[in-house]
Amino acid sequence: MDDRRRSFIRRAGAAALAGALPTYAGRSSAATRAHVLVVGGGFGGATAARYLRLWSEGLVEVTLVEANREFVSCPLSNLVLAGERELADLSFAYDGLRRRGVRVVHDTVIALDPVKRAVGLLGGERIGYDRLLLAPGVDFAYEDLPGLQAAPAREHVLHAWKAGPQTLSLRRQLAAMPDGGVFAITVPLAPYRCPPGPYERASVVAAYLKAHKPRAKILVLDANAEIVSKKGLFGKAWAELYPNLIEYRPNCELRDVHAATRTAILDFEQVRADVLNVIPNQRAGELARLAELRLVNQRWVDVDWRSMESTSHPGIHVVGDATFAAPAMPKSGHLANQQGKLAAAAILELLAGRSPSPTPVLTNTCYSFLDARNAVHVASVHRYDAGQKTMLPVAGAGGLSVARNEFEAKIAAAWALNIWADTLA
Amino acid sequence: MKRLHFSLVALACLTTAWSVAAQDDTLARNLVATCANCHGTDGHAVKASGMEALAGADAAKTLQKLHEFKSGVRPTTVMQQIVKGYTDEELALIVGYLARQK
Ligand SMILES: Cc1cc2nc3c(=O)[nH]c(=O)nc-3n(C[C@H](O)[C@H](O)[C@H](O)COP(=O)(O)OP(=O)(O)OC[C@H]3O[C@@H](n4cnc5c(N)ncnc54)[C@H](O)[C@@H]3O)c2cc1C
Repeated sequence: MDDRRRSFIRRAGAAALAGALPTYAGRSSAATRAHVLVVGGGFGGATAARYLRLWSEGLVEVTLVEANREFVSCPLSNLVLAGERELADLSFAYDGLRRRGVRVVHDTVIALDPVKRAVGLLGGERIGYDRLLLAPGVDFAYEDLPGLQAAPAREHVLHAWKAGPQTLSLRRQLAAMPDGGVFAITVPLAPYRCPPGPYERASVVAAYLKAHKPRAKILVLDANAEIVSKKGLFGKAWAELYPNLIEYRPNCELRDVHAATRTAILDFEQVRADVLNVIPNQRAGELARLAELRLVNQRWVDVDWRSMESTSHPGIHVVGDATFAAPAMPKSGHLANQQGKLAAAAILELLAGRSPSPTPVLTNTCYSFLDARNAVHVASVHRYDAGQKTMLPVAGAGGLSVARNEFEAKIAAAWALNIWADTLA
Repeated sequence: MKRLHFSLVALACLTTAWSVAAQDDTLARNLVATCANCHGTDGHAVKASGMEALAGADAAKTLQKLHEFKSGVRPTTVMQQIVKGYTDEELALIVGYLARQK
């Protein structure tokens, strides 16, 4: 028995002896003194950690292991590329969660033992748990691209699909690009993180180029047969705001990259760019494989939507981009946050010896900027369907913006402030 | 004997009433959590965001607004689309929970 579990039992025993049990809605104190370990402090994991503390009124112990010192928001990071926002404005320390009593450990989980219920960290620490929640986000399938195997190549041809240093590097590449240069973005086959994100990127970078390098061009090389999300709204904006600036090519699956010359190698063609932005194919973060969780298409974690537990490993909850999405459910920060709360609620019920809600509801809204001042949204509501054992979009609910507008750009900024607080404050 | 019997029944009723209420409250809490991404945790919107604070808002007024979104009387960009994903019972739970927040 490791130290954590020993001390867990010691504390539970002490509380029982003390008699004055802190009651959490009438639950037994052993359950309320449970320890939940959250790995990954992005939108999904940070939200789960925060709500586990809030909803248990501090009675459940929560440890969050996160590799990075700072949370850097992908939402709004495309505006950093366009020179409209500073990355520092999208970066947050984990102080808010610490103030809520979450023990935040900056380290990387490299080992996992579901039987002994413990994880091992790169730094050597071993942490036990009663329930585990994994929110590792996505990993890039670089094995599909031989030319990007080497680390230096990856610094030359950036993804900027995890906000952070890469966002700043891509911004520098764009700022250094000559007028008349070509910026090429490759879009992976769906599903990938943030379906409208690549097209938002093309839009706001186009706005930047239009103002500062009017002879430059953008090439969107899309592996998909058509624009994956908000097709009509992006198509209209590109035709009206950026005619002859953005060229869109569907069915262009990236086969390899020649990093030194910034060349995208497609099936029948090679495209040289001045700035090449490759958004690689994606799969659940490495943790999912480390835990040997059941994957769909060998990529995404199969979950029970009532509790967000792995279907192969009950007791291990998984939220966010790493999950195999339900029908019409995008991989978004909004949904990762919502799934974090669904999992937190389910974990508290399970710790109290009850079943999680049989009818969970999730909503999504994704805003995309078309230039610094105009935005559009897509929204949906998803409910658990007991017959099909998955979440289904509610017919008649959800939808798109009618047209791009300035009001929704303000709402998008307001959304960011509120979701950051709901995740981290 | 009779008195004891009575109080046991009373106790049983009380417990049932409590757990139904507690269940509803948990359901309301979970539903309100789906609003928080835009409207703040428990309706406490971040001030600088300019979003209307729903915490402590009058339940009847909020409910009326939601129904106006649903019927289309009150045009919006996104709320009329989202509100259609919730039943009227759920909307009632949501506004009640929000009204109780300080
Ligand atoms: C350009 C762009 C724009 C976007 N815009 C929007 C938007 O407007 N709205 C929206 O809703 N979504 C948007 N998204 C999508 C959103 O960013 C993701 O869906 C969201 O980040 C997913 O959250 P997550 O918690 O699953 O993963 P992440 O946020 O990626 O968090 C995973 C965390 O786990 C940590 N981690 C992984 N493995 C380990 C380990 N072994 N040990 C320790 N820590 C580990 C990582 O360091 C990371 O911090 C955008 C994405 C991009 C790229």
